[in-house]
Amino acid sequence: MLEKTEITLDELKHLISDRAIEGETVLLNMGPQHPSTHGVLRLLLELDGEIVVNCIPDVGFLHTGIEKNMEAKTYEQAAVMTDRLDYLNTIGNNLAYCLAIEKLVDLDVPPRAQAIRLILVELQRIASHLVWLGTHALDLAAMSLFLYCFRERELILDILEMCGGQRMMTTYIRPGGLWRDVPVEFEAAVRQFLSIFPKRIDEYGALLTKNPLFLERTVGIGVLSREDAIRWGVTGPILRASGVSHDLRKVQPYSGYELYDFDIPVETAGDTYVRYLVRMEEMRQSLRIVQQALDKLPYGPVRSNNRKFVPPPRSEVGTSMEALIHHFKLWTEGFPAPKGGVYVAVESPRGELGVYLEGNGGPKPYRVYWRTPSFDNLQILPLISKGHLVADLVALIGTVDIVLGDVDR
Amino acid sequence: MSEHIQALSEALKKRFDAQEMDFQGQASLLIPSEHIQAACQSLRDEFGFDMLRGQTAVDYWPQQEPRFHLIYLLYSLQHNLRLSLRAALNGNSPSIPSVENIYPNANWHEREVFDMFGIRFEGHTDLRRILMPYDWVGHPLRKDYPLGYEEVQFTFNYDEIDVRKPYAKE
Repeated sequence: MLEKTEITLDELKHLISDRAIEGETVLLNMGPQHPSTHGVLRLLLELDGEIVVNCIPDVGFLHTGIEKNMEAKTYEQAAVMTDRLDYLNTIGNNLAYCLAIEKLVDLDVPPRAQAIRLILVELQRIASHLVWLGTHALDLAAMSLFLYCFRERELILDILEMCGGQRMMTTYIRPGGLWRDVPVEFEAAVRQFLSIFPKRIDEYGALLTKNPLFLERTVGIGVLSREDAIRWGVTGPILRASGVSHDLRKVQPYSGYELYDFDIPVETAGDTYVRYLVRMEEMRQSLRIVQQALDKLPYGPVRSNNRKFVPPPRSEVGTSMEALIHHFKLWTEGFPAPKGGVYVAVESPRGELGVYLEGNGGPKPYRVYWRTPSFDNLQILPLISKGHLVADLVALIGTVDIVLGDVDR
Repeated sequence: MSEHIQALSEALKKRFDAQEMDFQGQASLLIPSEHIQAACQSLRDEFGFDMLRGQTAVDYWPQQEPRFHLIYLLYSLQHNLRLSLRAALNGNSPSIPSVENIYPNANWHEREVFDMFGIRFEGHTDLRRILMPYDWVGHPLRKDYPLGYEEVQFTFNYDEIDVRKPYAKE
């Protein structure tokens, strides 16, 4: 066995300034157990008084080896693990993974399944932004907003539970469509949410948008220029708050986003305040998409009829020999995918969520790579936190909107 | 496929001896590993691929030549196009020039690939492990790294597994 060694200051020398070595500045550990790091993020801070000179993020505390585990499961089994990556965007992770499989094996998805997928993904985006808004405001000492946000998030989780039987980890989206059709009370529940939620967004806005305490903590804090945002590969609301109008739902539509009418909010200031504005507007736009998709919701099957990839319904298994064979083959062995790799990306609440999926002709994925938005977005934290106060760092961690399950995979 | 991709793949074929590896309509180019930096530089500056969206590797063990494929997922905001570059790497402890000076966010991506596959990046400013603990032994996403269990030795593969099996040493 190799001898275990302690990590020394020498190994981090290239990341901190000379003043730290001479003892002029202080090295301070923040996290991983810290309420404002939104999970298990550890930051090594170099401080000059209360000013952040250097910030060195240390990630990996929530690494679960999901990419490695997926290689040992069949394509259908591995879908269950996708929920656990970004636990605030579970349906979105299912969607990215299933779109990648559908691209790899050329599988069709019925229009009703696509529309329901969009409704759920957009509801999930609102739920994710609500968690972000609540915790971000909580970090800036606005306690009551946190409770309001979680109250509304619960309505969305109820809808997910109604469909998939679980509040969060539903694995509702499956290769070729959905697990099953939505229940009859689904439409009424979503319509009720649509009717109450616009007023609630206005309420949140009334609490924060012109609140002088909030403005003082966010305006001009953590400015990210357009050039830096592009150079550092940042995506999602952060990129749009830096003046780049880029949203995969518009520029590379998938799953039928081209059928609906919605806007992409863009701001140019690039600071914490406009990132707040962009996300608030995104929630309103998501409501528009849900409204349209629900109005036009087509009838029909919710799963592809291609028996080579999708198991037959239970009723057929008892009467058809062919269906029984497919049922047996799919549940014991799984379906084979061709040799080759595809990359499919969707717009998650945090940015581009991409899946690189490589098959080798067998029933298990040969390699699954998750391009997670939080991983790239977190890299700009040292850049935007330089020269700010430690208290502002808390606001900056909130504004990057990381989910550590998404960073560490 | 778009004209822009066709033009650039012609240019890269001429300049860097690239090979096309398209699959399901997605553009992909195999670049010899020594040219990867120059290829990324020209893609960013001449062809408008201004964002590195992801970087990963695939292990083809037990095949040794190539053992790894390194994949760069590039995106062009201006043309709204995706392109993936692949670089083939031979042997068990390969190395390749870093593209961190071209795409700064390659910093963490390359650290992750180093951590998970043991591929070294020359010229990287901070090549430490990122996801695994700093004193971890081995590179988990390699295909010869077991998934949490001990490999069973049979007569036909006894010696092969014995080579990499950890034993308590005094």
